[in-house]
Amino acid sequence: MPRRKDIRKIVVLGSGPIIIGQACEFDYSGTQAIKALKQEGFEVILVNSNPATIMTDPKLADHTYIEPLTPDFVARILEKEGADALLPTVGGQTGINVAVALAESGVLDKFSVKLIGAPLSALKLAEDRKLFSKTMKEIGLETPRGRFVHSVEEAMSAIEDIGLPAILRPAFTLGGEGGGIARTKKEYISKIEKGLDASPISQVLVEESIVGWKEYELEVMADHKGNAVIVCSIENIDAMGVHTGDSITVAPAQTLTDKEYQRMRDAAISVLKAVGVSTGGSNVQFAINPDTGRMVVIEMNPRVSRSSALASKATGFPIAKIAAKLAAGYTLDEIPNEITRKTPACFEPMLDYVVVKIPRWTFEKFPATAPILGTQMRSVGEVMAIGRTFKNALQKAMRSLETGAFGLGGDAQAKDIETARLMEHLEVPNWKRILYVRYALQAGMSVDEISMITKIDPWFLAQIEQLVNLEGRIRAFTLEELPEGLLKRAKRWGYSDQQVAELTGSGEDHVRAKRKKLHIEPTYHLVDTCAAEFESYTPYIYSSYETEDEGEPTGRKKAIILGSGPNRIGQGIEFDACCVHAVQGLSEIGIETIMVNCNPETVSTDFDTADRLYFEPLTLEDILNIVEREKPAGVIVQFGGQTPLKLAMPLKRLGVPILGTDPEAIDLAEDRERFGKLVRELGLKQPRFKIAYGARQAEEAAREIGFPVLVRPSYVLGGRAMAVVHEEEQLARFMNEAAEASGEHPILIDRFLEDAFEVDVDAVSDGERVIIGGIMQHIEEAGIHSGDSACVIPPYLISMETQETMKRQTRALGLALKTRGLMNIQFAIKDDEVYILEVNPRASRTIPFVSKATGLALAKVAAKVAAGYSLKELGIVEEPSPVLTSVKVPVFPFSRFPDDDTLLGPEMRSTGEVMGIGRSFGEAFAKAKEAEGQALPMEGTVFISVNDSDKPNVLPIAGDLANLGFRILATAGTALYLESHGIRSERIFKVNEGKPDIVDEIAKAMVNLVINTPLGKKSYFDERAIRRAAVRHKVPLITTLSGARAAVDGIMAQKDGRIGIYALQDVNRGKTRGKKEIKRR
Amino acid sequence: MKAKLALEDGRIFEGRFFGAKGIATGEVVFNTSMTGYQEVLTDPSYYGQMVAMTSPHIGNYGVNRQDQESARPWVRALIVREAAEFTTNWRSRIDLDRYLKQRRIIGITGIDTRALTRHIRDKGAMRGAIVPFENSDSRAIELAASSRAMKGADLVSQVTCKSAYRWRKGFETGWSPWKAGKYGKTRNKNEKAFKVVAYDFGVKINILRSLAHFGCELIVVPAGTSWKQVLSMEPDGVFFSNGPGDPAAVTYGIMNAEKLIAKVPLFGICLGHQILSLALGARTFKLKFGHRGGNQPVKRLKTGTIEITAQNHGFAVDTDSLPGSCSITHVNLNDATCEGFEHSSLPLFAVQYHPEASPGPHDAAYLFDKFMQLMRDHSH
Repeated sequence: MPRRKDIRKIVVLGSGPIIIGQACEFDYSGTQAIKALKQEGFEVILVNSNPATIMTDPKLADHTYIEPLTPDFVARILEKEGADALLPTVGGQTGINVAVALAESGVLDKFSVKLIGAPLSALKLAEDRKLFSKTMKEIGLETPRGRFVHSVEEAMSAIEDIGLPAILRPAFTLGGEGGGIARTKKEYISKIEKGLDASPISQVLVEESIVGWKEYELEVMADHKGNAVIVCSIENIDAMGVHTGDSITVAPAQTLTDKEYQRMRDAAISVLKAVGVSTGGSNVQFAINPDTGRMVVIEMNPRVSRSSALASKATGFPIAKIAAKLAAGYTLDEIPNEITRKTPACFEPMLDYVVVKIPRWTFEKFPATAPILGTQMRSVGEVMAIGRTFKNALQKAMRSLETGAFGLGGDAQAKDIETARLMEHLEVPNWKRILYVRYALQAGMSVDEISMITKIDPWFLAQIEQLVNLEGRIRAFTLEELPEGLLKRAKRWGYSDQQVAELTGSGEDHVRAKRKKLHIEPTYHLVDTCAAEFESYTPYIYSSYETEDEGEPTGRKKAIILGSGPNRIGQGIEFDACCVHAVQGLSEIGIETIMVNCNPETVSTDFDTADRLYFEPLTLEDILNIVEREKPAGVIVQFGGQTPLKLAMPLKRLGVPILGTDPEAIDLAEDRERFGKLVRELGLKQPRFKIAYGARQAEEAAREIGFPVLVRPSYVLGGRAMAVVHEEEQLARFMNEAAEASGEHPILIDRFLEDAFEVDVDAVSDGERVIIGGIMQHIEEAGIHSGDSACVIPPYLISMETQETMKRQTRALGLALKTRGLMNIQFAIKDDEVYILEVNPRASRTIPFVSKATGLALAKVAAKVAAGYSLKELGIVEEPSPVLTSVKVPVFPFSRFPDDDTLLGPEMRSTGEVMGIGRSFGEAFAKAKEAEGQALPMEGTVFISVNDSDKPNVLPIAGDLANLGFRILATAGTALYLESHGIRSERIFKVNEGKPDIVDEIAKAMVNLVINTPLGKKSYFDERAIRRAAVRHKVPLITTLSGARAAVDGIMAQKDGRIGIYALQDVNRGKTRGKKEIKRR
Repeated sequence: MKAKLALEDGRIFEGRFFGAKGIATGEVVFNTSMTGYQEVLTDPSYYGQMVAMTSPHIGNYGVNRQDQESARPWVRALIVREAAEFTTNWRSRIDLDRYLKQRRIIGITGIDTRALTRHIRDKGAMRGAIVPFENSDSRAIELAASSRAMKGADLVSQVTCKSAYRWRKGFETGWSPWKAGKYGKTRNKNEKAFKVVAYDFGVKINILRSLAHFGCELIVVPAGTSWKQVLSMEPDGVFFSNGPGDPAAVTYGIMNAEKLIAKVPLFGICLGHQILSLALGARTFKLKFGHRGGNQPVKRLKTGTIEITAQNHGFAVDTDSLPGSCSITHVNLNDATCEGFEHSSLPLFAVQYHPEASPGPHDAAYLFDKFMQLMRDHSH
């Protein structure tokens, strides 16, 4: 049956901000779905609050709403657009939750909107563990023994039957939030309490522990005729007990016989049918007892998921795209396989390679949380590698991680590690466990022993053992003596030149030279879905060391765009969005685009995005190999964040042309001394600064500059170890940390400008002209990392004169640095003086936000400029001026790191962002807060506790809140101060002052907004308890006065009913520039 | 020990021995199944062939007692990218390397199986030879070129059973592929079992298990058993099994089939499907490189639904040559070849693919059910 005719306008839901457990894989799937539906002639309307996505590009959907993903906003959009269908299954759990709410409240019926992708009953059944278990029983499948509990009492009786250790799974939470393993009774009670809290329906499943069982996932697609195919099987190396998002995983499954695999396949398909998924993609998780083969169903997701993104990249089967077409009425056999072109999508991909995925964690940002892994996901990103064998893929994945290692092995040996520490790191799952497995093997432990301790299947351990043995053999030689056979084997097993260099005491370039001399060169292969059975036409490429090459390069003019690697805090989806725009920009001017990246979650690694995709690690060796093969006009490094930037100079030194801004200019901007000189020459101002090497020198420098100072190590990501130091006694501690993070690089000490405003300016330059893309004023005061600060465009408190000054300075710096492409400048404004804090002649985190706010796709323009066009040729002569106000608000993962404080500082900790658009600042801010999940209250109780220096400034805020009808609670000091200035408030106890205290009130849901600025050291613990209670009970929490002021503006806008909904296409209509046809070169 | 694989067209691949060492020749084919090497090894249909598995890691889960498709391995050699050095699985009894050694089957590992597969895909299935590395390329190529060609070869006589035997066993507890589904329940308890004679052209045990599971008592007979003998057993139906080689060369099988048509319900799988079509006057032809794997999409024309099927065949039935009295029931979605037909008036149907799976998906169980129904309708 061709596509259904009963629907015309489809609303697609995105997944909102990037958070742990729900990241940019949903940008990939949503983008695919929108493209597929548009192709079928549907009118597509998108709702997503996350501006840093490709899916929200105004050119993709017909109408794009960057609005909060709440039932209310989506209902308004459904009504306004007169939509007749809602597709929630590409928007993660967020999309599903909104759709369920709209269906249940009758909104969908009221507006005659059909739910497509999956029926309501299936969405609910899959999330309702009780019903799910029952359904599984009915079709003859087992689930782990368990009971549902709704109270601590019920939980206590349940545990009598089930026994410890037990697994706790709260219902309806993202990525297992609030869940965990309980080993002792005490742990059990505390986790039950947290779980009941986290579950919106206060339901927790207490289950028999199947920790240590083998874990699998199958990706299934089904159509309305009842056809079903398995796209991919995934086997977790980490056994049950580690969240699948935190597990190292392998595709296809490696340790199942056909009988076991087919049994699982049958089960997966019957699960789909029993849950009621008649069309689309789902993923089903299984556990198998390694000793008896007993198989149980763990869960199923009736939607595309993180795993389905991985499965799509692992197999070349675009699950989300096909799911969208199935939802539109097609059947699997009617959809072609785009890779082979001649065969249909109704088949099961066969892999003749192995795929390894490794998660990327950022525990260093959350020092109070133990870096161990459990049933709650903590990773912020992942890498995927493709190799002909497991060893090959594992090594490639390890070096893709960018954790400083160039693979598994080649560095420290076991002798450095004590036995006790080794055993602990093997037994308790942690993010470095694979390294400890290697140490254990080196220390002489057997595969069986390690398997007993780690529960990792011995097959994988035996593979690692082979690597360890090879490493030992190579170590016995110098590079000159290293036999050809051994070098060849090392390369075939995935070792990098760098690893071989380390093992032979040589240098990477020498290994490369020897390799070239011996003609040991990589071969390239196609991901073809069919194990070479059919010819493949899509250049989706990976490298290995085999005997023949495939996917011949073309003779066209081409550019290589380097991606941004795994997502982490400080380098996320924003850079992928820039890379994708760069690809699109270059395509528009007829240049062949070659994408290199190793992040399976992204749009950039969709085989549809660039002309050619190399799914490869972003290391010098891997990129040089591609450059030598493809012979591009140049490599573009400015869009992918730090990852490609680090490679810019090494590539340039090896004679590889870099398109766009010269790496020298990037270096000049990073080099404090040279940059300081340039600033002086241009007659501009910088805060006083010093450069120091080592902690001692840094302390000296700080005293010389005078407190407070901003300390920052150089060459780090996301403000790692950055701090504002206010007094002598803090100095030593912070300097030591900075010295450690910096390594051999200098530490920068800046005079910290108190009470200054920070401003970000993004611009694009062709070397002759600089176009300002946008000026963003930070809402939080200086000292908070720009990535963690809310910001607004256009600025709302900065005079036109000061704005002009910043523009002038931006132009001067852009030209002086001979920028060809993007640049970002951070300014501070104090007492109407403009100071330059930092200049980065490359894509910044804010580019997608600015582009959405102004309608000018900066990265696209910059890519064309980098390729040699002038702004004038591109028709970009005028600076955009946004019609509406846009606010960007960061989103934090604090609920995953419950022991860490939520106070903002110079070290970045947000994982994502949302955007609010409005006619006023208040409206935009209120919407952004709502999108963040911290909706501002309309009425109720506000708790205020501020430090002494903030007290005068809190008066107007408290006054406004009182006038708006809020009840004000305050701690003694603040209450007294408010009272003395005529603002009525009620006093509430601090923690340990008496009962009930403020934390109790928050827990009882008696507080609707918390305003708490840090009081300083003395009451430290008291305050942390308040902030953590707010996070835990999801009460909006504001920790800066400027944030509080913004919140009051937002509340006023809400109260006035001034909250509108705006389609991007309407907002910037007629304002998109650069549409003029460009002459191709 | 280093080894090489030579193809008759002169292409050489280097690798190392595992399993038994020595010289092996045969037709080189590739199989894309990602699981099920044990079933492949022991499937008599691979007799005379050297099988390259496209999945790179082979041997991971060892060899167990239950997953044998016959009493011994039949492949001439197993060609892999990386033979497992470590075995993991709760049912495993012996590792693949030792199993092959014990059964004197040559294995070659370290082969760039992707390059080999691409070569066969482009040039077609061809003969090859595996030899110790010290042999010259030219000798190896000569060995390959002088080995027996598949076209015109009757290999059935080499793999069929020596004498008839009875088979009643279904699946072991917990391992029925169809326990949870809607099939396998059609026979009510009071109904007596169907007596089915199964021609063993190289039958896979899972076919016998499946037929037994669906309610058959089987008499498995050697391929040369005459139609008269078969009829004298008074069967409710006759089954034509899978098997190796060129169907056109199994003249005795075709002749017996011809005689049995219209006398008793018939069902054929794979080679059995080809033999039935030849008996009806159709032609078969050799495919360029065959269908071997577990992901072949087949459309069931009656319902329009798709089955993902297990396949293993180098020859196919020429659709246009089927007589008008027959209709195509199943078509391969990849290359539109004939995957099944039935007679419009006589109780006879056959499929090219393997509904018994093993290895492969279980999507086509209804075919066994259909055979039961056919026998029920024709029982007097």
